[in-house]
Amino acid sequence: MTTPTATRQDIVDTVYEACVEILQADRSTLSETTAFAADLEADSLALVEIVMVLEERFDLRIPEEDLDGVDTIGAAADLVSERLAAAA
Amino acid sequence: MLLRDRTVLVTGVLTPSSIAFTVAKLAQEQGATVVLTSFDRALAVTRRSARRLPVEPEVVELDVTDPGHLGTLTQRLPVDRLDGVVHSIGFAPAACLGQDEGLFAAEWEDVATALQVSAWSFSALARAVKPVLAPGGSIVGLDFDASRTWPAYDWMGVAKAALESTSRYLARDLGPDSVRVNLVAAGPLRTVAARSIPGFAHIEESWGNTAPLGWDVDDPEPAARAVVALLSDWFPATTGEIVHVDGGAHAIGAAAPIVGAGPDPSG
Repeated sequence: MTTPTATRQDIVDTVYEACVEILQADRSTLSETTAFAADLEADSLALVEIVMVLEERFDLRIPEEDLDGVDTIGAAADLVSERLAAAA
Repeated sequence: MLLRDRTVLVTGVLTPSSIAFTVAKLAQEQGATVVLTSFDRALAVTRRSARRLPVEPEVVELDVTDPGHLGTLTQRLPVDRLDGVVHSIGFAPAACLGQDEGLFAAEWEDVATALQVSAWSFSALARAVKPVLAPGGSIVGLDFDASRTWPAYDWMGVAKAALESTSRYLARDLGPDSVRVNLVAAGPLRTVAARSIPGFAHIEESWGNTAPLGWDVDDPEPAARAVVALLSDWFPATTGEIVHVDGGAHAIGAAAPIVGAGPDPSG
């Protein structure tokens, strides 16, 4: 379990891992600007599962309404950072 | 405990925000053994949610539009008897909901899908589980009040009207087997399913003003408690009923004006 002291890179790496696990994405092609829908063909169900993975890894809860506008890997990492900071 | 030694099949758990998730959680807390169903790509999400329940339940694959899934359901259950079934299933193609043209936007194929998944499936599920449903059993479906129209709800509202009628007929047909069939008409709840309905936010906003008890769109527990109560033997002579869990909004024609907001009629 990752602790609230996770670095930005820890968080981004975890989002990458979730994309590989859920979307079978090629890790070498991923960056913070990779878009879930446009680049990875992720639909809302896939995004829900990615967020559940992030919740499990970081032991936090992300309200579903917070997902509006989260369309890139970087934005997802920002959201996790915000929730970790709020929980700290 | 309301559901001690009872086994309950719960459909419709996607995420922990699903109404059915809270039903499963409360049912376990009340002593029930719970089995979940899910299908296709949602299975993985349901399994993740299952791990967050007090006791991780088995998840059985069930696509209610697949005759093979329905026909083999009882053989694939990890239990040989059910005392309760929760139907929390609904779907309508995009053309059925929130279109500028309202009902006129959808073709029959779209509407047929909405009716099949959201209403016919209630009967199909009841038929599938009937061989293992114990006397005194209870089937409960999740409804949204279909006695009136709602913004954006369109063909889904029509499908819910069909669900309400289906429930009454099932109550008639399963009564002789001592099985009860009821619906819980919940107020709007901010689930993944509701968030996919364009324009539904408007209903969410106005509900709290109309409901005498107020209404929290983020709290599925009141609806889930009613489902658990109906699953229990504390409603032994109630069937074909629709229990409104909506803060009382269904009883109110129009919300009273906010005190102090208008001219004083006495002045």
